[in-house]
Formats: sequence, structure tokens, C-alpha cells
Amino acid sequence: MDRLIEILQQLVNGVSLGSIYALIALGYTMVYGVLRFINFAHGDIYMLGAYAGYLLAPLFAHIFKFGEFDTFTPENTLFILAGAGLIMILSMAICAVIGVLIERIAYRPLRERPRLNVLITAIGVSLFLQNMTQYRLGANPKAFPQLIPVHVVEGLGNLTVLTSQLAIIISTVILLIVLRFIVMKTKIGLAMRALSLNPTACSIMGVNNDVVISFTFALGSALAAAAGILVSMDSPSINPLMGNLPGIKAFVAAVLGGIGNISGAALGGLIIGILETLVIAIGFPQWRDGIAFAVLIVILLFKPTGILGRVEREKV
Amino acid sequence: MVACRAVRGDSGVLSSGTGVAPAISTVFWAVRPANQESRAGRPGYCDSRAGRPCYYDLRTGRTCYMRARFLFGALVLLAFPIHTNLAQIKIGAVTCLTGALSTFGVSSIQGAKLAVADTNAAGGLLGQPVELIVEDNESRAGEAATITRKFIAQDKVVAILGDLTSSATMEAAPLAQAAKVPLLTPSATNIAITKIGDYIFRSCFIDAFTGKIMARFALDRLKAKEAIILTDVKQDYSVGLSDAIRQYFTENGGKIINTISYSSGDTDFRPQLTEVRIARPDVVFLPGYYTEVALILRQAKQLGIVCPIVGGEGWDSPALVQIAGKSADGNYYTNHFSAADPSPRVQKFVQTYYAKYNSLPDALAALWYDGARLLFEAVQRAGSTDPASIRDALASTRDFDGVTGRISIDQNRNASKPGVILEIENGETKMVQEVTP
Amino acid sequence: MSRGPLSLILALAVCLVVSLFGENFIASKFAYYYDILITIGINIILATSLNLVNGYTGQFSLGHAGFMAIGAYASASWSNHLDPIILGMLGGPGNPLATNIGLFVSMLFAGILAAIAGFGVGVPSLRLKGDYLAIVTLGFGEIIRVAILNTDFLGASRGLSVIGSYTNLFWTYGSVVLCIYVVLGLVHSTYGRGFVTVRDDEVAAEAMGINTTKYKVLAFVVASFFAGIAGALYAHFKAFITPEGFNFFRSVDVVVIVILGGMGSTVGVTVAAVLLTILPEALRALAHTQFVPPAYQGLLENRLILYSLLLIVLMLTRPQGLFGDRGASRKRLSRSRGD
Repeated sequence: MDRLIEILQQLVNGVSLGSIYALIALGYTMVYGVLRFINFAHGDIYMLGAYAGYLLAPLFAHIFKFGEFDTFTPENTLFILAGAGLIMILSMAICAVIGVLIERIAYRPLRERPRLNVLITAIGVSLFLQNMTQYRLGANPKAFPQLIPVHVVEGLGNLTVLTSQLAIIISTVILLIVLRFIVMKTKIGLAMRALSLNPTACSIMGVNNDVVISFTFALGSALAAAAGILVSMDSPSINPLMGNLPGIKAFVAAVLGGIGNISGAALGGLIIGILETLVIAIGFPQWRDGIAFAVLIVILLFKPTGILGRVEREKV
Repeated sequence: MVACRAVRGDSGVLSSGTGVAPAISTVFWAVRPANQESRAGRPGYCDSRAGRPCYYDLRTGRTCYMRARFLFGALVLLAFPIHTNLAQIKIGAVTCLTGALSTFGVSSIQGAKLAVADTNAAGGLLGQPVELIVEDNESRAGEAATITRKFIAQDKVVAILGDLTSSATMEAAPLAQAAKVPLLTPSATNIAITKIGDYIFRSCFIDAFTGKIMARFALDRLKAKEAIILTDVKQDYSVGLSDAIRQYFTENGGKIINTISYSSGDTDFRPQLTEVRIARPDVVFLPGYYTEVALILRQAKQLGIVCPIVGGEGWDSPALVQIAGKSADGNYYTNHFSAADPSPRVQKFVQTYYAKYNSLPDALAALWYDGARLLFEAVQRAGSTDPASIRDALASTRDFDGVTGRISIDQNRNASKPGVILEIENGETKMVQEVTP
Repeated sequence: MSRGPLSLILALAVCLVVSLFGENFIASKFAYYYDILITIGINIILATSLNLVNGYTGQFSLGHAGFMAIGAYASASWSNHLDPIILGMLGGPGNPLATNIGLFVSMLFAGILAAIAGFGVGVPSLRLKGDYLAIVTLGFGEIIRVAILNTDFLGASRGLSVIGSYTNLFWTYGSVVLCIYVVLGLVHSTYGRGFVTVRDDEVAAEAMGINTTKYKVLAFVVASFFAGIAGALYAHFKAFITPEGFNFFRSVDVVVIVILGGMGSTVGVTVAAVLLTILPEALRALAHTQFVPPAYQGLLENRLILYSLLLIVLMLTRPQGLFGDRGASRKRLSRSRGD
């Protein structure tokens, strides 16, 4: 029984970690789908989302009384969720704008150029965001304000699930449903899917490619910002370099699931999260970061298209 | 600035140049958009066989080449420092003002600058004002060595104050030793540093002493018999301190059940802490940096670990209680100094620091303040700027009255000084004990 | 413009003469400039070797610092453990001939080990292109760094002290000359055609029967050999190395030099290496003068902000770098994204 509880425990940890990777991976995969390019700076949008929350929360602290509640009670739950939700939505909006700006300034002029140039620019943008934040806001970790009370969820016996982990999982599910709705049931989602298949035909059919691409960046950045806020609720220490490692792991997750495939990104994120937790549980915590690279190398060697990916023929 | 030759240009890259204006316009030349319409006298991209940027001179109809010499020359010129020739005692200070360790670096240099201000206000050194030449090693490996060479050869400093971290000091110290320039580090704790030579000094205590304090405290005050050590394997400081703790604890009757490792940069420590919870030690030693310690304390509380956790001076930061919140209460850490120390010397320092920088000093600021003042006092005692006499004066420092305690330099050129043990209570640190060596 | 072996020997002789007669003078009187000179040499080696992979062969590698790390640690371990024996045989540490031979052997060992690592990285990366290759090479660089960090024998997080800083102008600039000679020699031969073909259109190359594997792996191996040599020179110069000194940002430094110089132009990359080594020092001096308000001094000394802006501006305005790439490869710049 104890063993079962322990396995369930690690599963919960893994799913909550994987949800974060999934949210970030979605941004990578959507941008790759429409532009065939890996947005190196995506991990730093995640970091900016966390910082946006850090800077916004004090403005609303007196309205929503952040940090003053100790536990969730039936009376204050709605109020707390409203406060946290507002900060998250605002942060998502800010990062969506930042994402669109980056695309317009740094990536759009290079659309006709070889992909290598855009990759280098993306590296430049990523470094710039990290170092500018370090310079302006300080390199030391900052304490993220407590948006929701974090404590062990009652009634689960020996299973230690924190409210923050629950919030991560539930929010991710909601965001995935919303995303699926946008991509499958709206016109702009249709345009995104069409663009990922054939951009020229798309513009012939009257779609404004630029608008759709900007929208894709906005969507991806919003999801990354949500991930940033969620993870900061769990681990309230944010620093300018926090986007590096999760960014790379989310990239691996996107590749694992099939780059360009949205369900693949979510699946890949979950798998990487669970794998990482497994590696730590077995007893090799120092290899938790290396496992993502190992997965990347294995996947690229044996099935480069990923689990759910389609084989793309290269036309000569 | 440009030369219109026939098509075959020459590559005079290494000639010297003059003038800032040509340099600046040459810099603009370097970032011109490609394929710009060429106009007479303006640079632009042209189809040259040599592959170097050029333009067509419409007036003469020839291909003209830009030369990199002026840009290069101007930059080389900029690298020549502007020498001041006021009579001053020059001390070089190197620390990490930008980059990942910038917060520590800024604290340290503020402490040093306060010491300089205090000394100059009191009449300076040997009748002359002290000039502190501050350089930034950008938290990058390799920079400290370059800066030390600059201090020695270029600025001709009398002594060097630095570096902040052990690895940067390990780079700088051999150079200072070879050039026989005294070097004093106020915060690097690696034991190997002072072994480099007799011109290298340290004004903080070493890991062996900190480990001893921590283990002693756990054994005596907390009556602990079994302990677990959580080590940050990526940080030399943590590894060194863990070894010191382990040695002293086991030699004096304690038992280390397990040493569990984590890495700096991690944010999730629940797997390691689950192991701790299962083992139920009397005390947990956590000799790491506050960035991870804060999260570890939080998660330990969440997992229901109740035993006290004891740490070292890496815990010292206001961010620790900000991030950890109430989970930090009831834990202890050693430090060089406490801003809450009621002694008049410390309070005066805290007030002047606050007046100048609008924030409370942390241990690094206090250490560098003391280190700088110790250095200045040695120069004063030496009576001259002769390196050998300064070295001897440093080596014979006894009972220097610093804000971090009475400092004496021992025969290994390390500092023998007291430390304090602080307890975190209600988000504030409270001094529990002062430990003398 | 290919240098014959005569030019190589002449250049080496010049380096030897300068080093024999000027070394001690420069090292003691102008220690700071000496430091900059040696750093320039090391950066030139790193940049020209990376240029071979990134520029001529079009394989975007972000892990060059990993090979430098292997070279540095390999030569450091070699020197620390075997130098007492070797130097003892040859006349002791005071004997300049002995130390030079000791350094040479150490450098060779470093280069060979790094080349083996380059082979190890090159082979799995064969199937990868563009972004994937960049991430995988970055991963390899990080794996190497983390492996060193976890190896106690190599000093782990404490770092490793190198006994005897024997790097001098001859070995540094001799290696620079050799590196440029080898790179240019390769490039102006059939191998060079192979490299450029792989870069320009790999599918066409395969269709023409060119063994792209051979050229990619060769590029990686040669580049990592010289990166290892650069690492050995670095280790013996700074006399203390830590794994943190070979992280991703070090790779980015070299990449910025290559891009600034123009991917595919050895001359450009050399000039860019000189510029970008002097620039931080010049900025350091500038930050101390009265021209810069204190608020912006930190910005000037923040190398990474400037480098990242430089990368973005370069890519937007002048992607071919300062010196551009030449001839047939200009086609690359105007080729639009295919459908």
C-alpha cells in the first residue's frame, strides 16, 4: 500500500512538472508549425511572465489581499481564485504583447532569409532578455508574492499534494481545452492549421499570413506566461535565468511529441516531466537535467519526427 | 579616411590610427544595411572580389575600400587608460559587479567604498587620500587574471582587495604572488588560496572554522546525535563546508546518517527531502546558498520535517525569509556579523551604511568593510608603500577591531575571528551565540 | 590566395624570434597588454576553428566551449601529473626548453582528446540540421561541462590549478598561424569544395555522390582539435580553470565573433576576434573615464547585453558580417524559404 502511495505521489509530482513543460512546449510547437523555426527566446518569455506577475501583484495586493490567507476555505476560495486568475490573465496579456513585438522587430524582417539567420537572432533576443532583466531588476532571486495559499490538500491521506500542484494541473487542463477550442473551432485556428500546411496557398486563399503569425506568437507567449505564474506559485523564487533550463526541456518535449503537433507537445511535456521525476526517485538527482538531453539525442537518432509527428518530405 | 586605389586594395589592418570621429563613422560603416544604394562618398555594399566592404566612387568611377585600421586604432587608443597624476595611494578592488553574482558584488564594493570614505575623512593613509580602483570581473572565469595584471602593470597599485569568490581569487592570487603585490580577500573561503604564497591574505574565516561552529552548536545546544547533510554538489563552498562539518561532527561523537546532494539551480527538492523525512535525523545541516535554501526550507515544512536545520553564511540574505516565509522560523545559521548586534561599533557602521546606501548592510558588505580597513591599517602601520613592509604588517595584524569582530591574522595568513550564530524567528534574525576561535 | 609551406615556416620563425627576444620584456613591463595579446591569440584559434564548422560547412554548432573545456582539462591533468617526470628528464622547470617541450606535448594531448570528442559529437549529429543541430551541440557542450563538474579527479566545483603557466607568445601565435594555415589549406582544396557544398545544398551534394558524412565529421574533428589546443593554451595561461568558465556563454562569445567576422571568411573572423577581444577592455577603460554617466557604466561592462544587441543588429542589417562571405555562397543569402 505504501509502495502504491509512493508511486502515486511521484506520479502527481511528475504530472505537475510535466504540465509546466507542456505549456511551454505548446509555444515552441505552434511557432514551429507556422514558421518552421525554433524560437530560442521562448523560455525567456516564461521568465518574463513570472516577473510580470512579480511586478503586478503588489499593485493589486490591497484589493485581493495576497498572502493574507492561510488556507482555502469555502468562503474565500472564489475570491482567491479571482485574484490569482486576474494576475495570470494580465501577465499572459503582457507577454502576448511582448511576443508579438519580438516577432515584428526581430523575426519578421528575416522571414525570407535562411533559417540560420533567424536562429542566431533568436539567440540574441534570448540573451538580451535575460541580461536586460538581470541588469534592470537585479540578478538575485526575488520572492514571488503568494497569490494562493499553499498547503497540503486535505483528505488525501498519506498522499502529499499541494494546492499549488493542484492549481498547476487544473489550470493546464483548462488552458489546453481553451487552446483546442481556439485551434479547432475558430477561424483563426483554422488559418493557423492551414498556414502550417502551406503558407503560399494560404495567402492565395486570402489569409493575412502576418496576422496569423502574430496571433500564433501571442498565443504561445501567453501560455508560457501562464506557466511562469503557475510555477512561481509553487516555487516562489524567480530569477532572470530561470527560463533557460525549462525552455530547453520544453523544446525536447515538443520534439518528443512531434514538433508542429499540438497534442504531441502536451504529451511530450507530460512524458518528460514524469521521466524527470522518475530519475530523481530512483536516486540520481544530479542527472535530472541530463535526462532531457539524453531523450533528445535518442529521439533525434531513432525517430526524428517524434511520437505523434508526421514525416515531412523535403522537396528538392 | 578612405583610400581610392585601383581595384586591388591592401590590407593594412594593423596600422595605428588617430581620431575618434573617423572611428565612430567607421563603426557606423560596420553596420550598414547591405545593398544600400551607393552614393558618392557614402559606404555601401558593392560586388568586390576581395569580399571587403567598399563603394563605387561615382565621380572617379573606381572601387574604393574602407579600412578597418581606424576603428581598430581608435579602440586600441581607448584601451590606454587616462592616468591621473595626483599623489594617491592606489588600491585595486576586483569583484563581480555584473552578471549572476552581481548582488553580492555590489554589496561588497559598497562596504569597501564606505571604508575608503571613512579613511579619507579621517585624513587618508600616510597623509595621502586613498584611491580605490574598482574593476568588474563580470562573474566570468578568466577576467580576474586579466584585471590583476592590469592592476599590477597598468595602475601600479599598492595592494589588491579581492576577489569575491574563491575561484576568481584562485586566478588572481598566483599573479599577485609572482609580482609580490599583497592581496587580501575578505570573502573567499577556499583553503587553497592562502597556500599559494606569503603575499596572499584572507580576512574572513575559512570553511573549517564555520563547519566547526555549526557542528559544535548542533552537538551542544541542539543536543543532536544523528544528522543528515544536504550538500550542493555544484558549489565548492558547500562541498568544502560539508566536509568540515562531517569531520568535526563525527570526531566529537555525532553520527552522519547520510549525505544527500542537490544542485544549485534546482527548484524542486522534494525527492531529497522525502528521504530526510524517512530518516528522521535530530538535525539537518544545509551548508548552501540562500537561493536554494529558501526553497528547501519551504518544501521541508510542507513535507512535515520538524527537526531544526542549521546552515552557514550562505544563508545570509533578506530574500531568504521573503521567499521561505514562515518555514524559515526555528532554524539557525552561522554568520560573520549581525546587523542587530547592539555593540556601538556595529551600530555606527550600520547607520553610516544606511545613510549612504539606503539599505542595511549584509555580511558581505561588513566583511569587505573590515577587509579594506584592515588593509589600510596595515599600510599605515608599515609606514610606506613598499610591498614587503605592507606584507609584513598584514601578517602581524593582531586584534584588529572590526565590525565582524576582533580579527587576527594567523601564521597561515587566514583570519582568526569570532562568528555568530543566528536564529530565525518570526521572519527576523536573532543573535543566539557568539563563538570565538 | 593560399599560403605555401614556406609562408608557414616564415610565420613560425617570426613568432619564434619575437618570443625569444621580446617575451620577457613584454610580459613584465606590459603585463596587461601581454594578457590581451595572448587572449587575442586564443580567441583567433577558437573563432577560426568554429568558422570551419559554422561558416564553411554550415553546421551550426553551439558547443565549442565543450571542446575547449576538454582541451583545457586534459592538458591541465597531463601537466599536473606528468610534467614532473617529463621536466625532470629534460632538465627541470627552470629550463625553458624543457617547459616548452612539456607544453607542446600537453597541447598535443589536449588537441587529440578534443578531436576524439569532436568525432563523438560529429557522428550522431550527422542527420541533424539547423536548429536541431544547434540544440544538440549545445546539449553536448553542457553534458561535457556537467561531467567535468561531477568528476572529483578534475577538481569538480573547486576548479583545477595548473602547475606552471608556460603559455608564451610563440606557442600562442604559432598555434594561430598553424590553425589559419590548416583551415585555409583545407578550404582552398577539394575538401573545401566539399565543405561548401554541404553547406549550400546537401541534397544536391548527396545526389552528386559526395560523401557528406566525411566532410561534416572532418570539419568537426579539425575544429575540435584546435579548440582543444586553444583550451590547453588557456589553461596554462590562467593557471586555474573551473567548469563554469566553459559554459554556454563562452560558446556564445565565440559564435558572436564568427558571425561578426562573417561566416565563411577566415580573414573576417580573425579581425573580428581581435576587435571583440579588445572591445571589452576598451569599454572597461571607457567606463572609468568621465564621458560615461555612472548609471550607464554597468551597461558598458555588461558584455552579454552588448553582444546580444550586436547579434540582433547584425542579423537584421548585415548578416554577412563585417567581411561577408564570397562568391558562390552569396546565393544562400537570397534564397527564400521553399514551399
